[in-house]
Amino acid sequence: MTTPVKLTLDRVRAGDVVPELAFDVSATTVVLGALATRDFRPMHHDKDFAVNRNGVQDIFLNTPNQAAWFERYVTDWTGPHGRIGRMKFRMKDSVFPGDRMVFRATVEKVETDDVGCGWASLDVKLGVGEKLMTECKVRVALPATASDNPWTREGAQWKP
Amino acid sequence: MSEPLPDEVKGWIDQVRYEEEPEFEVEKGYVYSSCSSTQNGNPLFWDEAVAREITGGLMTPPTMMSVWFRPHHWAPGRTKQRLPLQIHFDLKERLELPEAVMTDNEVIFYAPIRPGDHLRAHQVLRSVSDLKQTKLGLGRFWVIDVEYFNQDGTMVGKEIYTGLGYRRGNR
Repeated sequence: MTTPVKLTLDRVRAGDVVPELAFDVSATTVVLGALATRDFRPMHHDKDFAVNRNGVQDIFLNTPNQAAWFERYVTDWTGPHGRIGRMKFRMKDSVFPGDRMVFRATVEKVETDDVGCGWASLDVKLGVGEKLMTECKVRVALPATASDNPWTREGAQWKP
Repeated sequence: MSEPLPDEVKGWIDQVRYEEEPEFEVEKGYVYSSCSSTQNGNPLFWDEAVAREITGGLMTPPTMMSVWFRPHHWAPGRTKQRLPLQIHFDLKERLELPEAVMTDNEVIFYAPIRPGDHLRAHQVLRSVSDLKQTKLGLGRFWVIDVEYFNQDGTMVGKEIYTGLGYRRGNR
């Protein structure tokens, strides 16, 4: 197993661009994501239902699985010491099999809170082609130094 | 558009309602399914030694928090499908707003959730707006919190949903 990434706060600046992640969505991606999140609603596995009842072109990625994709994207960048504190997202359109979804993010703010925890605020966008499908704001804690670890924080020391 | 909010609904605001427990304890199998579905190789979910060193033990992806509360598709003796976020459906019915969409979803993560944890959750209605004319129709916005706790009573997270219940057109 390779040594995990450990992104520290001093290496991050407002305006930094997070490397993008692209993934070709298949029907398997959608169904796997729905079942992994225990979302058994037919629009996420039954194309006939999605087309004829929902009036969309195909089955589509469900919300909890999109959240899991956002989490993966952010922690790929931070490494396992990155600890997500808050995530807010708004879906604008659906992601279907055949789409190439691309995650992009920019660092909006870098700060240290009043208990000494370092934070990066990210503006994350999930797009397909030129179209914005979901926008997401993520606040992730990063180690302030190489020896710091946000996961040791609890109670009043953790203010997400 | 000045229709007053019914007293019954006013009485729901800031009240803890619909306390529930999942149908099974937090377990690793679904963690692997979730990580496989997103090709998430974060060692906190796969490598016990790394997870122990960084967080004190294996944990689950924070975004799985609500997954543990979704009901089985079928269970013996069950005659009625359980509905997640029951307050949302209560509001639609009581306020006679037949259509509804979720406009925003925010999740806040507190203590890590680990395999073997026994979770519980409850719902709290935080606010209901006056009637507003929206692009979808005449309706009200509401904010519902779902608060999650572990077996020690420690809050592990909170979801904040903003919903819009509405009637199509201007009725």
